Amino acid sequence: METIGTILQWLIFLGMAFTSILASVLLITRKNPIHSALFLILNFLCVAVIYLLLYSQFIAIIQVLVYAGAIVMLIVFVIMLLDLEEELRSRLKLFYSKVIGSVLAVLFLFGLIYGLVATSPTGKTGSYTAEKMSANVKAVGEALFNQYLFPFEVVSILLVVAIIGAVILSKRKLS
Amino acid sequence: MLVEYFTIGIFIAIAIAFACFAVLASHFLGQRKPSAIKQAPYECGMTTVGSSFRRVPIKYYIIAMLFLIFDIEVVFLYPWAVVFKEYRVFAFVSMAVFLGILILAYIYIWKKGALEWE
Amino acid sequence: MQVLYLLIEMIVKCVVVFACLMICVAYLTWLERKVLGHIQIRYGPNRCGPYGLLQPFSDAIKAFFKEDLIPGRADKPVFVLAPMISIISAISLFAVIPFGNQFTIPGTDWVVKLRIADVDIGLLYVFALASIGEFGIILGGWASGNKYGLTGSLRAAAQMISYEVALGLSILGIIILSQTLRLTEIVHQQAGGFWNWNVWYQPMAFILYLICGLAEINRTPFDMPEAESELACGFNIEYSSMKFALFFMAEYAHMVTMGALAVTLFWGGWQPPFPFLSFIPGVVWFSAKLFVFLFFFIWQRGTFPRLRYDQIMKFGWKVMVPLALANLLITGLVVSLKG
Repeated sequence: METIGTILQWLIFLGMAFTSILASVLLITRKNPIHSALFLILNFLCVAVIYLLLYSQFIAIIQVLVYAGAIVMLIVFVIMLLDLEEELRSRLKLFYSKVIGSVLAVLFLFGLIYGLVATSPTGKTGSYTAEKMSANVKAVGEALFNQYLFPFEVVSILLVVAIIGAVILSKRKLS
Repeated sequence: MLVEYFTIGIFIAIAIAFACFAVLASHFLGQRKPSAIKQAPYECGMTTVGSSFRRVPIKYYIIAMLFLIFDIEVVFLYPWAVVFKEYRVFAFVSMAVFLGILILAYIYIWKKGALEWE
Repeated sequence: MQVLYLLIEMIVKCVVVFACLMICVAYLTWLERKVLGHIQIRYGPNRCGPYGLLQPFSDAIKAFFKEDLIPGRADKPVFVLAPMISIISAISLFAVIPFGNQFTIPGTDWVVKLRIADVDIGLLYVFALASIGEFGIILGGWASGNKYGLTGSLRAAAQMISYEVALGLSILGIIILSQTLRLTEIVHQQAGGFWNWNVWYQPMAFILYLICGLAEINRTPFDMPEAESELACGFNIEYSSMKFALFFMAEYAHMVTMGALAVTLFWGGWQPPFPFLSFIPGVVWFSAKLFVFLFFFIWQRGTFPRLRYDQIMKFGWKVMVPLALANLLITGLVVSLKG
């Protein structure tokens, strides 16, 4: 039972990891932005499954609900807001953004390698074990109330800023 | 716990298989005689004028943005609601602050006319 | 051996639930046409079999053999993918709904729990998968390369996301009371008779849920995305044969899940209305309650006219969201003071 479970977890992990890498490569190479958005959804779904394998159900479902659902929906609306044919005709000069992007990507890669190689200074694992995570939502709620109450309240101000920004940007011409 | 999700995975796999089967079956079973007039966009028999794509009004963008923000807010409220009964008044006060700030923003967008739809 | 049995149980359960859901969807289309027919003093389908009972099958055969048309201006891969996204998410939604308690297979001590999965985030799972399903509609309209299709899909998407906010907010009161997102636990807490059902503790949430649910599944009076009279059929205007049928089935499967979720959250799930009636299996009670909701969805379609689009959006943001917030704050206040 144990070994079959472990093998299955490994297989699912490998499948999802490779699918998400493939999806992200396709995401940045597609010409049509709507196709890119579709691959972005696929990528988010694969990442959600990887979160599940780490026993973080709440994060996994938030990944689907907020990222794959809400954020990609916003991206799709924004894509439809633009005149794609004109954008493609004007041939945007992407040289600088390509340079900056590749520098950032290399830095990110180093960060990832460091994160994988480095061990925690104390050598201990975290307190959220698999058993505790089976009641994941409760654990998140308790952490919100005990450790992270102040950041949690500040998040609301962040959301307000986002709302005001969106309204001002879109209403500027009308008023 | 993972067993439960594995079962969901099987169920989703069945759903995917069904969708693929349905699309493929109708692809092979149905007759196919494409013609130019058949493949033109259907606009109630009128001749199609111009591109089918038109740019979307900006109000859809505002709605999507508001949805995103309120969705994040709701997501924060779920774990709060689960542990609500353990913290009682403390939970209510901390959430009243959180919601109060957002309700102020909500009143702002209402007054600014972002919820109007003309 | 244990693993093998477990695997067999999983697969059998999934296949059976899938088959039941499909049959339910097929006969829901029949029921809708029959009920609407009688509301409008017509007969409804009555040619295929007794009372037209074979109508869904003849429809399915017809859909399979119709010409599979892809319009010239369409974006082919997205055009094919969109109905698949819709139906996959609509079917998968049902995975967390508990439709019965449990039973022991006679002669063994193997307990079968009557749900596909019982997860800690059950309620969020439904909302998350439903929000993926919205992409099917918006991409379907976009990929058709048709003005009506694009307009219909945009309206549908904007309407669904607007009401999703109010839907999410309206459920929160229930979660405060039951302290969990696990749907089986929410049902267990409503045991012991109909006076323990959540609908009596959260009547406002129940009404909000029903209205938002109607908007989520694009039913009249919120069937703006279709709006035959102005958009000719909305997002699925260019779809034909089985692809159209997939959108159609997705809508009805979503309707079944919306009803099932209402039963689970507000009407005590599989629990009987009176304790002495518990000798009747839970599945029967669940189906009976589900039928009430499905009948309601059809009935109100035959009763209400369609709203105007600006009215729908204004109603969603200016009435539903404040009411849901008020319901949440009042519930929180009462619970924190009384306990």
